[in-house]
Amino acid sequence: MSDASVSAVQHHAPPSSFIRKHVFSLDHKVIGKQYYALALLAVVMGMVLSWLMRIHLVWPNAPIPGLQLLSKTGAPGGVMTPEYYLSLLTMHGTLMVFFVLTNAPFAAFGNYFLPIQIGAEDMAFPRFNMMSFWMTFVAFCILVAAFFVPDGPPISGWTAYATLSAVGSDAGPGEGMGQTLWALAIFVFCIASLLGSLNFIATTLDLRTKGMTLARMPICTWAWFITSCIALLAFAVLLPACLLLTLDRVAGTSFFIPGGLVISDHLQPHSGGSPLLWQHLFWFFGHPEVYIAILPAMGIVSHILINSMRRPLLSHKVIIYCMMGIGFLSYMVWGHHMFVSGMNPFSSLVFSFPTLVITIPATIMTLIWLGSLYGSKLRITAASLFALGFLSMFVSGGVSGFFLAQPSIDIYLHATYFVVGHFHMVMGVAAIFGIFAGTYFWFPKMTGHMMNESLGKLHFWLTFIGTYCIFMPFHYLGLAGNVRRYSAFVDDFLVPLIPVHRFITFAALFTGAAQLIFLYNLIHSRFRGAPAPPNPWECTSLEWTMPSPPPFDNFGGKHVVVYHDPYQYGVKSATGDYLMQDSPEQA
Amino acid sequence: MATAIQPPEISKPEPPADRQHSGGAGFGNFVPSGGPLRALEDSSHEATRTGIWVGLAAITMSFAAFTSALLVRQTTGTDWHHLTVPPIVFANTIVLLASSVTLEIARRRVAAYARNQGVDRLVPLRWLAATLALGILFVAGQYAAWTKLRAEGLYLASNPNSSFFYVLTAVHALHVLGGLGGLLRVFAKLRSPILTLRRSTMDATSYYWHFMGILWLYVLFVMWIKL
Repeated sequence: MSDASVSAVQHHAPPSSFIRKHVFSLDHKVIGKQYYALALLAVVMGMVLSWLMRIHLVWPNAPIPGLQLLSKTGAPGGVMTPEYYLSLLTMHGTLMVFFVLTNAPFAAFGNYFLPIQIGAEDMAFPRFNMMSFWMTFVAFCILVAAFFVPDGPPISGWTAYATLSAVGSDAGPGEGMGQTLWALAIFVFCIASLLGSLNFIATTLDLRTKGMTLARMPICTWAWFITSCIALLAFAVLLPACLLLTLDRVAGTSFFIPGGLVISDHLQPHSGGSPLLWQHLFWFFGHPEVYIAILPAMGIVSHILINSMRRPLLSHKVIIYCMMGIGFLSYMVWGHHMFVSGMNPFSSLVFSFPTLVITIPATIMTLIWLGSLYGSKLRITAASLFALGFLSMFVSGGVSGFFLAQPSIDIYLHATYFVVGHFHMVMGVAAIFGIFAGTYFWFPKMTGHMMNESLGKLHFWLTFIGTYCIFMPFHYLGLAGNVRRYSAFVDDFLVPLIPVHRFITFAALFTGAAQLIFLYNLIHSRFRGAPAPPNPWECTSLEWTMPSPPPFDNFGGKHVVVYHDPYQYGVKSATGDYLMQDSPEQA
Repeated sequence: MATAIQPPEISKPEPPADRQHSGGAGFGNFVPSGGPLRALEDSSHEATRTGIWVGLAAITMSFAAFTSALLVRQTTGTDWHHLTVPPIVFANTIVLLASSVTLEIARRRVAAYARNQGVDRLVPLRWLAATLALGILFVAGQYAAWTKLRAEGLYLASNPNSSFFYVLTAVHALHVLGGLGGLLRVFAKLRSPILTLRRSTMDATSYYWHFMGILWLYVLFVMWIKL
């Protein structure tokens, strides 16, 4: 009897059946690809939802063909109700944050490349790994099922603020079954993420091959490791929060619902609960979640930039310490999401300070990237362009964070499009650029085929310009007082802003259409792309020592030995200007 | 940047078999000497141990979240009433702590058996069975506590105190049931004709089980001073 179920197993035989090979696979590489595919599906859905919202904002009375099929009550005749707009908004946010920004850069690329980059044959717990993915898939199905229940998806946003999310169907359409499904989906997602994080941590700490000290791990491995530590503690808090929310909804408890609350002319049968408690618990998870999305992208981008510059960063260690610092500080800043929540104003000050401090490691990292780029002969590829695009988005989106970190300014900007622009750029688009960079860089390794570089560069420029056109004007809208989550411009002062919204909608449709180039490139290259050599980018880390795609057991049963730091570029060696980590050659 | 080649990090010399991460129980490997499984490579025992510690960290964090929710909730409403914890939970506490003792004895007996020190396999099996029985008794005792509260008219939604009592005890009991599953697995592995139990599996399961005891003491303490 094998001991593979719980205890760590490095050796397992290649599966022969289709199901074990491609569906319920224990292979970290297959699981990584499954995560990627799920993220791709979720991002397409999320993007279509954002289109629907953008179209409705600009042409509120124009019927959207087919929308009535999704919901007869939410979109009678194809014109969405204000409530259905909120439903789409909730689903857009939930899909993007959980199933795209958490799944793709962390779970997908991390699963595929973390074990290889440290010289392991698989994750420490392959069955847990398989369970993580399939639980994530179940969570996805539960969430999407909210579209098909009678009152539709929830309207409380991806943050599911109580009391709206806690009182049930009295609170509006979608707050019945839809919201319960949401809570259940996130509950399952939390368990899946906890299992995944546990696997990443144990793998990194214990399955490193001979010579692979912690200091010799590539920066992206470090990023996945630090992210898994953050995710472990963050999802462990969201999990009980979702449990308490579900109990308030289905069991009549009063954790988050105060007494004497009348909604839709019904006195709610609850007493004494605290809506603020939900916000505290949620944001204790929610702010680290931002870094769960962005840290892997930072690691991937560093890895790609170093490879393209053909020289190491100014400081390898400082980047890693900064990522650790960000991870640590991410737990002390959650209250900056709650400056206007009615929290004690002195607490605002306490949360404002670490929020400003967290910009220090972020700024140091940015300066290291820029300083390293200065004077380098950068190889311009689709991957390196997206890495540069990440830096641009991270800085542009991050700068507005300085404003929002001040409680006095945040009071004005809090619920406006300024915040929407801020987090879409710094967390959403920056992480997406990291995902694109990783895709163009690792696609040859993952599939054995090269992607089309020209199409990749075209995709970059269209996306880069398009996303700036979408999200920069958001800041202007916010400063002009445009409140977020409104589905119409009912106030006089908002009417002059409609042309800006129209511009954004056109930019969103244009940028979305540009993603078809990526999809075409991805699918076409997968089947028709030129065969990929083992190391097309002349990279030094261990994944490039093996054929593309890697064999089932990664290293062919051999115990690879690591001799070098991860980024030996700009040296004279038999291979050229770089030394592979496992090369015993002396530079 | 040319750097001088560094010799690969040579792994530390292996400590003697009986010193390898014995967790204090003083045994090397479970594989009996002379048996064909002697060569079974326990290549991944470290990951199992690390994994269980990481899992315990996550559980600790979840209970910290429950605790902070309890502290916040206590201050927000006027409906916070004192709840007398059913006395049977104190008996349950003794049962759970006793199960930790029997498990530790079982672990040491397994070691003695694995090292051919004249211990029959039945000895650790009996101690494990005792641990399992005590674990089941604990869960049954918790169920009795819930029944007692229900008889007093205190349900999950009656007031915040009863809500927290049910939530904390039920979530803990669920974790204990998980531990019982792990113990059953160890039991089955020890019973099978070909011994497949790894030292790391035994260790990880017992760390988890002992942690359940510590966690229960914490939960009891919180409920005792706060509810």
